[in-house]
Amino acid sequence: MITLNHYLALASILFCIGIYGVLTRRNAISVLMSIELMFNAANINFIAFSKFITPVFLTGQVFAVFVITIAAAEATVALAIVILIYRHHKEINVDKINFLKW
Amino acid sequence: MSWLTPDINFKIISPELIILIVALLVLILEPLLKGRSKNILPHISWIGVALALVSVITLWNREELGFNQMFILDNFSCFFKIIFLSGTLLVILSSISYLKEEKIFHGEYFSLILFATFGMMLMASSLNLIVIFLGLEIMSLCLYILAGFRRYDLKSNESSMKYFLIGAFASGFLLYGIAMLYGATNSTNLKEILIFTQGFENPLFLFIGLGLILVGLGFKIASFPFHMWVPDVYEGAPTPITAFISSGPKAAGFSALLRILLFAFGSLHIDWSFVLWILAVLTMSFGNVIALSQTNIKRLLAYSSIAHAGYVLVALVAGGDSGISSAMFYLLAYTFMNIGAFIIIIFLGEKKVNLDDYSGLVTKYPILGITLALFMFSLAGFPPTSGFMAKFYVFSSAIKSGYTGLAIIGVLNSFVSVYYYLRVVVIMFMRAPVDEVQKVPIPFFLGLALLFSVWGTLHLGILPQSFLTLAQNSIFSPF
Repeated sequence: MITLNHYLALASILFCIGIYGVLTRRNAISVLMSIELMFNAANINFIAFSKFITPVFLTGQVFAVFVITIAAAEATVALAIVILIYRHHKEINVDKINFLKW
Repeated sequence: MSWLTPDINFKIISPELIILIVALLVLILEPLLKGRSKNILPHISWIGVALALVSVITLWNREELGFNQMFILDNFSCFFKIIFLSGTLLVILSSISYLKEEKIFHGEYFSLILFATFGMMLMASSLNLIVIFLGLEIMSLCLYILAGFRRYDLKSNESSMKYFLIGAFASGFLLYGIAMLYGATNSTNLKEILIFTQGFENPLFLFIGLGLILVGLGFKIASFPFHMWVPDVYEGAPTPITAFISSGPKAAGFSALLRILLFAFGSLHIDWSFVLWILAVLTMSFGNVIALSQTNIKRLLAYSSIAHAGYVLVALVAGGDSGISSAMFYLLAYTFMNIGAFIIIIFLGEKKVNLDDYSGLVTKYPILGITLALFMFSLAGFPPTSGFMAKFYVFSSAIKSGYTGLAIIGVLNSFVSVYYYLRVVVIMFMRAPVDEVQKVPIPFFLGLALLFSVWGTLHLGILPQSFLTLAQNSIFSPF
């Protein structure tokens, strides 16, 4: 029997993988993918809470649909920015794009 | 399951609708207009913003819920909408000549600014975490693009990418926090969360959720451990966008923070105010101390904006009626004085951002020199400017709530900040001008924006009573 706790554990593991990825990966696309993992961890939480705690109301599931939409929009903007940077630098390594420093 | 009839009330969202329609209109007209006729786009935008401002004022003193409790119209949201819209108005007016100079005069610029304003307005007038999150993302996505609007410029690209990566990272935290809060309280509605937190038992989820939301919004308002993006983004972004980012989105983040902390979590004030106390002290001190060593004026104002976020956090720690109203008054005053200072940097252009470029400014442009000095005095908190009144109300509300130590740290911090604000004034007034470049006349609309922000800075400083009463009438009922 899969309980709420299983889903929450899965979500928190995914969230931590996401944070780890953002902090350690140096490729802009990988960082973006790690951020998507964090969003999806939150989505799993929303749907699990919606199913187990408030099965009558669909608040959590509706929220998850909104988050998926926003994640798609965010990916679009991010890829546009990455392409722009690649055109100028021929490089998408986050560490090497570093002109602004005091 | 029963079907709910849609609860639609166009009247209460009329300012948002005006902004949205104008933004779409500008977006549609952009490809249709050719050549010089594109010049009307900024004018359409600022007239739309002015209309929205009028419609906000007509909605004053009404309290209505709409859209199945997703949207709330109260004086609190109206006051914040006045802050956002006057900031947007100033930025649009002052960026017309800048965009032509930088050869990036595109209609999308204005529609993106308007969409971002729309997102902020949604954030300020929502009682539901779903809509707060949606508003935040609408705002942020537009700002990521705007930060990289000087496409050919490497610094602007980098600022856009840094802003995006850190902003999206913060949104991830905020979202996970909202999910935890939803699990703990079974609702995303702040009123229901409020009823829940007044109960005796508060589960661990609730505090995890609140902590993650604090992290997420802390990035947006640039409080201490989450401030790393601020100087880089402010330096690289086009100057009007820097002015925009430092006023509106910061105020929007604070509006969400005020609603969540002081409304939904008002009964747990003792639990979170300690964390915020530490954050406020660190934010103020860090911003002011690092600003001392800056030589680029955009970076200097970036660190100063971190410090100012710390002052507003003091008002949040104080809480209660006076805390909320002084935070709102502070954000309004900050919008005028900060955008005012940026307008002069916008006029001088993207190449003159070092402090040395400002030497002898007052002999070349007497009006600009004197107004920049006024804004610097206001940011430092000298009477009779708005900065003094705003700081005075914030610190007196902190003392009223028994946080005397915090108020003392705040006052000491503003002494530190006097050094770097006055350094700009000294460089402008006491040094000889470096180059003999031809004098350029001040563009009309930029001058208008400058006049408007000078009026705001002086009016809020000399006759603060009217706006202070407005702020006091617009608080929501806290605990």
